[in-house]
Amino acid sequence: MKQLTIADKVFQSRLFLGTGKFGSSLQMEEAVLASGSEMVTVALKRVDFETETDRLLSHLQHSHINLLPNTSGVRNAKEAVFAAQLAREAMETNWVKLEIHPDPKYLMPDPIETLKATEELAKLGFVVLPYIHADPVLCKRLEDAGTAAVMPLGSPIGTNKGLKTFDFLQIIIEQSKVPVIIDAGIGAPSDAALAMEMGADAVLVNTAIAIAGNPVQMAIAFRFAVQAGRMAFESKLANKVHHAIASSPLTQFLHEEF
Amino acid sequence: MKSFKDTFDQYRWEDVQASILAKTSKEVESALAATHRTPEDFKALISPAALPYLEQMAQLSHQLTKKRFGKTIQLFAPIYLSNECNNICTYCGFSLDHKIKRKTLTAAEILQEINVIKQHGFNHILLVTGESNHTVHVDYFIKAIEIIKPHFANISIEVQPLSQDEYEQLQHCGVYSVLVYQETYHKEKYKDYHLKGKKSNFYYRLETPDRIGLAGMHKIGLAVLLGLEDWRTDSFFCALHLDYLQKTYWQTKYSVAFPRIRPAEGVDISDYHISDKELVQLMCAYRLMNEDVEISISTRESELFRNHLIKLGTTTMSAGSKTNPGGYSLDEESLEQFEISDERTPEEVATVIAANGYEPVWKDWDTHFNMHHHVNI
Repeated sequence: MKQLTIADKVFQSRLFLGTGKFGSSLQMEEAVLASGSEMVTVALKRVDFETETDRLLSHLQHSHINLLPNTSGVRNAKEAVFAAQLAREAMETNWVKLEIHPDPKYLMPDPIETLKATEELAKLGFVVLPYIHADPVLCKRLEDAGTAAVMPLGSPIGTNKGLKTFDFLQIIIEQSKVPVIIDAGIGAPSDAALAMEMGADAVLVNTAIAIAGNPVQMAIAFRFAVQAGRMAFESKLANKVHHAIASSPLTQFLHEEF
Repeated sequence: MKSFKDTFDQYRWEDVQASILAKTSKEVESALAATHRTPEDFKALISPAALPYLEQMAQLSHQLTKKRFGKTIQLFAPIYLSNECNNICTYCGFSLDHKIKRKTLTAAEILQEINVIKQHGFNHILLVTGESNHTVHVDYFIKAIEIIKPHFANISIEVQPLSQDEYEQLQHCGVYSVLVYQETYHKEKYKDYHLKGKKSNFYYRLETPDRIGLAGMHKIGLAVLLGLEDWRTDSFFCALHLDYLQKTYWQTKYSVAFPRIRPAEGVDISDYHISDKELVQLMCAYRLMNEDVEISISTRESELFRNHLIKLGTTTMSAGSKTNPGGYSLDEESLEQFEISDERTPEEVATVIAANGYEPVWKDWDTHFNMHHHVNI
């Protein structure tokens, strides 16, 4: 299978994981390792930089795992830029998952502030991965602003409802020049497989694994689903045919001698 | 000013109470089956007719909470800065008419207290005071916050109602959330319980969350003091208040708490008791109506009861609390606001949370996020 490249990094795994909501840090670590993921998001606000062994980060010290700090909690571009700078300093990475959801009820990303912050952060040399609505025009605007990837939502975050935005995701994937990572709402391995079959470059999963009855086994299930979906995409899926081939073809007469 | 008063005044206490008591099992079932639940569904879920459905409510509440908040419980500690108070509230240990020793912590004492709190691992702190505008005013709060801020990731306050401008000042200096409990939404009874002082103004208190919302605070905490009046009717008004606030100040987070009256100095236990079973019903009803509201359980409740509440919708817990100024380090004789029931240490509480398969979360914010910094966008 083809490798995924974002900015200057190459990934074997196309499954990214969120690290929140797990019943314990140890369980989170086991699930991350089982998933084969090479990129996990970490909420900046959860990290305690003052204690030497932060409860979260101490469980993510593996050479193959890249940490992607997210700005969850900020409400506008200004706060997001500040949080990204804080992350760069504290976690020594210029990668940032930009999350600006001023609405704490449904955690809907603010497209206007997200675009503003992406422009600013790209100028400051960040590798920006913004969490956004499945809005094809916004994706193109973000590309112009210098985003490293786009992360459109499949359905509202944490809902496990799957790819409710399917038609818009298709347009985004078709048009995008940067990697498309489907984020939020992926509730089952079958959703992840479908996203990969569509041609998404990667998926990000958190809730569906973290609160599963057996998070480690579920992480493995997602690992396989993502691989299967990607393999299917690269193998070129056969077209779906809704009707049997017509028995009286309309163009048959062209082959007949008059 | 447009406020919750406009909504509130459209309701009559007696009508609400009668309509809750009249709810039928059919209405409970329809509320349980709904995908989006309204304050009217909430009425059905807190009605006596819903009691036979408690297990189903608990299962739903557990699932919804897990989906939204994960398997985590946020921990915080209260710090009582002052027990001075100019109000006479007939249920409160800090009431002006109680001849108790009064104390307001100095800067040095605050540092001593937070040293002990920090040693337990806390990163979220709640500042509590009585209402004494001469000594414990916004300037005092700002000074206290300046002392506390370098040591804590998240600061909440539970003090007297302030003006919008004062809330803005506090937000600016690093306060994340404000808790202001209406105590009771029964206008007339409110006057009987709050005999003297600024707190006796019912509508000023009722409109306080509006002022907090307008000031752009990150979170607002609401509650009824359970035991002052019929808990069902009071809780409906609180849920209505929450619903109004969420629609109006849509960038703000909300939390609810369920303080039951505890014995305090010179206070009689009330006639409006809410049982454990009813408290669970109330908590689940909130979760079913509102998937994202934070639910906070204090050390007013017993060990055993708190252990069981972990899985029923709780998102936030205090632990090892002292409710008197200087309680953590100074061993002062100043009286506490109410008696603590769960006296376990924070470490013991965290162990129980973990044993239930939940992660105790000590830090979920960063004061840096609040800073007013210089980025030109």
